[in-house]
Formats: sequence, C-alpha cells, structure tokens
Amino acid sequence: MRHVRHVRTATAGRIEIAFSGSIGSFPLDMQFSVPAKGVTAIFGPSGCGKTTVARCIAGLARLPSGFCAIDGEVWQDNTTFRPPHLRPIGYVFQDASLFPHLSVRRNLLYGVPKPKPTPIAFDEVVELLEIAPLLDRSPSHLSGGERQRVAMGRALLSQPRLLVMDEPLGALDRCAKREILPFVERLPEKLALPMIYIGHDMAEIERLTDYLVMMERGMATAAGPLHVLQSDPTLPLAASREAAVSLDAVVSGYDGRYGLLILRLKGARLLVPAPPLAPGVHQRLRIAASDVSVAREAPRVGSILNVFPARIRACLPLGAAEITLVLALGAGGSGTEILARITRFSFDSLGLKNGMDVFAELKHVSLLSASEPPLQTIASSTPTADPGEASAAA
Amino acid sequence: MDSFSPEIWQSLGLTIELASVTTVILLIVGTPLAWWLARSKSLWTETVATIIALPLVLPAPVLGFCLLGLLGPKGPGSLLASLWGGRTLAFTFAGIVVGSVLSALPFVVQPIRNAFAAMGDRPLEVAATLRASPLYAFFTVALPLARPGFLTAAVLGFAHTIGTFGVVLMIGGNIPGRTKVLSAFLFDYVQASRWREASWLAGAMVMFAFAVILTLTLIDKYSRRRST
Repeated sequence: MRHVRHVRTATAGRIEIAFSGSIGSFPLDMQFSVPAKGVTAIFGPSGCGKTTVARCIAGLARLPSGFCAIDGEVWQDNTTFRPPHLRPIGYVFQDASLFPHLSVRRNLLYGVPKPKPTPIAFDEVVELLEIAPLLDRSPSHLSGGERQRVAMGRALLSQPRLLVMDEPLGALDRCAKREILPFVERLPEKLALPMIYIGHDMAEIERLTDYLVMMERGMATAAGPLHVLQSDPTLPLAASREAAVSLDAVVSGYDGRYGLLILRLKGARLLVPAPPLAPGVHQRLRIAASDVSVAREAPRVGSILNVFPARIRACLPLGAAEITLVLALGAGGSGTEILARITRFSFDSLGLKNGMDVFAELKHVSLLSASEPPLQTIASSTPTADPGEASAAA
Repeated sequence: MDSFSPEIWQSLGLTIELASVTTVILLIVGTPLAWWLARSKSLWTETVATIIALPLVLPAPVLGFCLLGLLGPKGPGSLLASLWGGRTLAFTFAGIVVGSVLSALPFVVQPIRNAFAAMGDRPLEVAATLRASPLYAFFTVALPLARPGFLTAAVLGFAHTIGTFGVVLMIGGNIPGRTKVLSAFLFDYVQASRWREASWLAGAMVMFAFAVILTLTLIDKYSRRRST
C-alpha cells in the first residue's frame, strides 16, 4: 500500500526531509525539518536506519515517495529525482573509501570543479586538516585517522552546499577518534557549511552538534536544538545514566588573579578555571547531571563556585535509588535548563517536588571546543592533555 | 629448421594477426558485457553468462559447425558480409575472427566481470558524491580499479586464440595464407609424418603457453603486492 504524504514545499534556510517506504525489508518513515546552518546530528542506535536516511539525502538510495529540499532547492519530490552526481553534496563514508589507485593529492582533487577559483580552496583545506605531509602518499599507507581526514578534505573540495558525514569516527579506535575529533569540530567554525552528522555516540554529538534528530527503528522520534532535547523530560536522553546538557555560553571576562574564565548563560554567570578567551567568544560547555546537586537554601559556606537559583521543572526516576531533576536556572526558572542527579533519599529528605525553587550547585563544568585558540597573553595556564577539552573542577 | 616451408612464417604472421584482432575485439565487446553481468540485477544475467560460458564445454567442432551454419551463405553472416560485398563469412579471415572471439569470450568476460564485482558499489558511489557522472566514474574509477582483471583477460584471450584449432579449422577451411593458423600446420605436419617439424612447432607452442601463464602469474602477484 502506498502511503500518501502531505505536500511539502522547499523553504530557504532549511533542510526539509521526508522519506517513507522500505529499502530491502527495512521500513522507514522519517520526517524532519532543521535549519540549513550549523551541525545537525541524526542520532539513534545501530541499525535504526540512520545510514539509509543519509544515503537517501545523497541520492545513493531512492525511496519513490520521498521529499528532500536543501536551502530552498528541491533534490527530490514526486516528480524530481536528482541523481547523486548532480547534488551539491559532500559525503564522508564511515570507512573513508579513498580511491586506492590515486595518491592522496589526486584523491583530494578528484571532485574539484573545473572552473576555478573555488570558494573552498585546496591550500585552505590542506592546512585545516593538516594533511600537507600526506599529499604524495598512497592511501594504503595512511592510518585510519589520516584516511578519514583526507576523505573529509576530498568531500569539502567538491564545493558542497551540504556536508553529510556517516559515522566518520565509527571505524576508528579510541586513539584515532581523539586525534580526529578536533578536526571535525573545526569544520563548522571555519566553513559556513551546513552539516548532517550521523552518529550513535552521544559523547561525539554533545561536542559537535547544534541540532539533533533522534531516530528509532526507522522513525524520527524528536527533532530540535540539542540542549532542548537533552533536557526534555519526555525523551530518553534526560533519563539516561550519562545524561548531560551541552550549552553554548558567551565569554564575558576573565579573572586573571585566580585564572577563572567568566561565562554567561541565560540565568547564570559561571566561573570556570580555564585559560583565558577573548570576550564575546562562544564556548561549548557540558554539564553532566551527575555533577549537579541541589540545596533548599543558598549555601553560605562551601567550595562550590557555581551556585544558582533554579526551579524544578520535572523529576525523572532513575533506577530504584536515584532521581534526575530538570532544573531551569535563574530566579523564577526563566533561564537555561540543566539536569541534576540526586538520590531518592535526598529527594525525600529535602522534601523536593515539581515546581519548587531550589539552588543548583554545579560541581564541575567541562569546556568543549573553543571557537578561537586561547590567548597566550596571560600567564600560568596549565595545558591539559587534550587541547579540545579543558576540564574544570571547583 | 630449413625444412620448414616459408608458409609457416606466413601462418605465424596470420596467427598473431588473428590473436591481436581477436583480443582487441574481445576487450571492446567483453567490457560492457562484463560490466552488465557484474552490476545488473536482471534475472537474465545468469542465462547470458551461461551462453557465454558454453564454448568452455562444447567440443570445438560443434561450435565450429554451428558457426559455419550462421556465417555461411545461407546464414545471417552473409548479410554482414554483404556490407563489404562478400557473399559469406565462412572460409574468410573475418569468419575465423568471429569464431575465435566467441570461443575465447568466456576467458575474457569472466576475469573482467570478477574485477568489476570485487570492487563493489562503493567506489562508484564515492565518485558520484564527488560530481562524477556515471561515464566519467567508469573511466576514472572502475577501469583503473579493474586493471588486473583486464590484464588477465587480455593475456588469456590472446593465448587462447594463438592455440585455437577446431573452430578455426571448421570455419576457416585451412586455406594457406588466409585461414591456416599454426595449430593447423602442426596437424598437417603430423598427417604428413613430418615429425621433426611437428616437434619443433609443438615445442615452441608449449614454451609460448608456459611463458604466458608464468607472466600472468607474476603480474598478478606484483599487482596484488602493490595494492596491499
């Protein structure tokens, strides 16, 4: 039976996707609309059909009743189906798939359009991905991480208007992942290019993405800004053991005497021990539910720097002994939402309930990627092992 | 050696010419056929593959006899021949080329088909996401990746045609200078009990076969080492 979809129209500035049908024996019914800006992750367990969606967007797979429009340009609807080579897409496969008969340089140049100059320049990409020393090698002599970097460069140099990455870190070991993640993070900052990132590892997605499409068994279960879905009490993310929120804070100053970075969020002003950053820079933070506790009254003495008034928005039981709280920061709960994990014992003994005003105590805030390299003018910042992630405890 | 008639050199030239022309035609015909066999999801692929493989099991005279009917003055081959004013393809050089192409086709199609199948869809998908049209991707990705398969195919096709006998004898009619290939000469020598010449010729052809197979194996080994 053919399922008839309602008519969709292409909208400028948005990625509009609707695919339904089956590929092989797999049922798929996927609809979402996200901004054609920043990074959108399609997240779901292995085998839920994420890759099929990516392949449909690229035109590598075809569902007859599909709709795909990128930034106002229709790639597929009831009457149109653009073959993949006519779609301005960059596609990074999980296993890099470099051409084995071509050198790294010729792999990179394979998709470069003939009329030059091109907006994304060869030298720029080579520098961004640090692949200059690899250019004259054969792909068979590269490590997994190096191969994936070349694959990203090759996709970028085809001058895409949308970059799709299908689990680009999926085939890499932990070490190679750490090596390559900073490069993936750099792409959206350096290039004004919308990206769709397919993944099943929340740790990667928290660092990279702005929008999230959650997927399960061929269906989109939710779509929206990452931090909104992370703290949505009706979705499984908030109720998971690794629950956390990723927030984009603005640097508003630096306390040179104590080495504290001052960051502004809606409803809170955070102090985090970190190297200095220029004011106004956006900084991605990760606040894990397990690093936040609550108090009924403002603690007068204590070592925790970041204590803010907040309102309890939801209470989610986690196993038999614990509860995850959704907290809205700021007096009256008008600010950013974060998560806190406490024991059911504390919940009962403090007499907490939904809608109550409390104080959120942030024991630890992780700084993820910074959009600019740290300024080195102010002395005494201890370099951390991983430059992309500066951890801070108060 | 002086007891060899000058005709043998003519025959050697003819045999090499036949094998070269046949190999070129085989690669031109075999490549699209192998591509279709490797990539089409049609139910007909195995039927067509079986027809192509038939010369492997049919006795050469059977194939030759069938072709004689097809290429002769009463068969469709005469239509083809009429294009250049001929009456028949039987007993002509064109006729033995057709015969050799058909009998060597499985040796050429199979390795190319395997090479196309082994690379899978991925390299072509990658090429498509890099704006390569299917034709451009075929020439810049599929052909270079299938290179070892083409080497095997060309060597096998050439060598098989050098050693061809039954089919060519049936279609060609053993006309000196026109259709009399080396193996037919060998047959004549044996018939005439000219053992010395027969031994020389047989020995040379054994050496040739040995050299071909050895070269093939070495090329295969070399290209495999390079790709890993």
